[in-house]
Amino acid sequence: MTDLDKLDHHGADAHGWYGGSGSFGGRFMPEALIAALDELEVAWQKAMLDPTFLQEFESMLQNYAGVPSMLYDAHRLSEHAGARILLKREDLNHTGAHKIRNVLGQALLTKRMGKTRVIAETGAGQHGVASATAAAYLGLDCTVYMGEVDTERQALNVARMQLLGAEVVPVKSGSRTLKDAINEALRDWVASVDHTAYLFGTAAGPHPFPSLVLSFVRGIGDEARRQCLDLTGRLPDAIAACVGGGSNAIGLFAGFLDDPDVAIYGFEAGGEGVDSGRHAATIFAGSIGVLHGARTYVLQDDDGQTVESHSISAGLDYPGVGPQHAALSASGRASYLPVTDEQAMDAMALLARTEGIIPAIESAHAVAGTLQVAKERPGETLLVNLSGRGDKDMGTALEYFGLGNAEATAEEGR
Amino acid sequence: MTTSAGVAFEKARTDGRAALVGYLPAGFPTVDGGIAALLTLVEAGCDVIEIGLPYSDPVMDGPTIQAAAQQALEAGVRTTDVLRTVEAVAATGIPTLVMTYWNPVERYGVERFAQSLADAGGAGLITPDLTPDFAPEWIAAADGRDLDKVFLVAPSSTDERIALTTAASRGFVYATAVMGVTGARESTSELGGPLVARTKRIAEQTAPGLPVGVGLGVSNGAQAAEVASYADGVIVGSAFVRALLDHPGDLDAGRRALAALTEDLAQGVRS
Ligand SMILES: Cc1ncc(COP(=O)(O)O)c(C=O)c1O
Repeated sequence: MTDLDKLDHHGADAHGWYGGSGSFGGRFMPEALIAALDELEVAWQKAMLDPTFLQEFESMLQNYAGVPSMLYDAHRLSEHAGARILLKREDLNHTGAHKIRNVLGQALLTKRMGKTRVIAETGAGQHGVASATAAAYLGLDCTVYMGEVDTERQALNVARMQLLGAEVVPVKSGSRTLKDAINEALRDWVASVDHTAYLFGTAAGPHPFPSLVLSFVRGIGDEARRQCLDLTGRLPDAIAACVGGGSNAIGLFAGFLDDPDVAIYGFEAGGEGVDSGRHAATIFAGSIGVLHGARTYVLQDDDGQTVESHSISAGLDYPGVGPQHAALSASGRASYLPVTDEQAMDAMALLARTEGIIPAIESAHAVAGTLQVAKERPGETLLVNLSGRGDKDMGTALEYFGLGNAEATAEEGR
Repeated sequence: MTTSAGVAFEKARTDGRAALVGYLPAGFPTVDGGIAALLTLVEAGCDVIEIGLPYSDPVMDGPTIQAAAQQALEAGVRTTDVLRTVEAVAATGIPTLVMTYWNPVERYGVERFAQSLADAGGAGLITPDLTPDFAPEWIAAADGRDLDKVFLVAPSSTDERIALTTAASRGFVYATAVMGVTGARESTSELGGPLVARTKRIAEQTAPGLPVGVGLGVSNGAQAAEVASYADGVIVGSAFVRALLDHPGDLDAGRRALAALTEDLAQGVRS
């Protein structure tokens, strides 16, 4: 057996199938990109066995990104919820979300592979900002594809990426949102693959991306497990995370998959309600299909055309989901449930007022879902991944809550 | 009755020339307009027809084909319309393939799609985002009905992968001569010749006699002649789509442009 054979495939077989051959995952990709995916897979597997690479990655996380993030015992929120809620504070990481872990890993791997340029897709701009950050930090050229609709919604993040030295390309094709940004990044990659790495922003896409991304974000769960044992002397009764493509969720879940007594919840964007058709609850309400290189749950019509998703949170606004989550749902190990825009925004305000923490709207979905879980599990310990902070979402909050007018707030306060 | 694309390649080979393969998406500009446009390609001298199934996320296509596919989808084209288009074109006796991203086939049902395609007289499928190692279901469904399975090779393909791909292909194997998406190009790629030579050498072992078609970028007779000097078939897509896009709202003018371009290309593959 070679070292590579011994490597933990993070639950996938050698072809990238999760949950059995032909089920979820795989690599549905143009032949032109297969060599690059193979090259990436081999380089990544070697890197994960190389103490130098792992040390360098750890050191970047600690000295640059602020990892490990703390596990915070949210007393006032717990009182409100009727269960003990622990928050894994990924919002405190550099650039404000768990995403920095993934991009630092992938960018370091890019350097190791001798490539000089990275490309990335972004929806809200979080992964784009993280990619631009990692590129600046490691001295790589960076191009970020972003749907034209999103560049307009998230102008501040466009400016951030530009300030960090990245080129931001507005994508005008298709629905001009995240899925089309992925298409455009793939088109770039087909033509630039000899010197360019694609920093995929979530635990989805063709093999090896779901496993590779997991390997860089699984620190979330490993740290949280240790921290929970230190803090409470036992494992949590349940863990929860929001699910867009699934990176922050799989990062947390991976630490607890082998603990059968720990219940696992993923919360998808229910948008305006699953029955409204305007949502991004891919596992809960979608069907099995192939999108962006993997077989997984997809929002699609009867002809297999991708249907546009909707969520108040741009980071969850994606009509696909990582294949690992599809497999965890099918096996029953994890439950995936929708949280509406309204429930998420209420949870955002609640967390701000009870704990002085303004979460990203994505993460607020996880908090809102956990409040529901608390009703079924009173008094239990529930660990939630607070995947990001809300700075980027203040524009949405301002509009949603009608904030920004000091007189109105004073009025309300009386 | 379905006719394999291999038959048309064989006939061209007997004539001492390369085959001309023409692509247009179904439903563009309308379903009936698309059928009329495809029949123009047949009449003006294409040897094999590829009908694109418009898809919401066409990662291998450049702006020209994306625009056509999007127009078709916005006009409401359905998978059944694509099959109707196949039926109308295949009725002329020309080998007629469907070029499709994988999800619409999976959604329709692989077995069911293969049967509907065969019933419509279609020759088989070209699958730009499905490689043989992930295609066991399609391969079984196609083999059961003698349908063509056109897989792709690229300049970046290793010899092992070319062996795998040619062994699994039927009808012809599609060599993408550039590293990039579809779209007409100023000059033909210098990657095409070596890729075809490598593919032919390997196919001698894995699939003797399998024709090699070259696509991506060809837009005129001179380029077609150059590609025809080393390949068994010249595949043209974006240039045809462009001819129609350049005549919005005037299908007759678009068809005249298609006919003129086809004749130029047909001369190219014969020079
Ligand atoms: C803070 C935050 N959480 C969650 C997500 C969703 O992504 P994933 O499901 O990959 O964690 C995003 C994506 O932008 C995000 O910014």
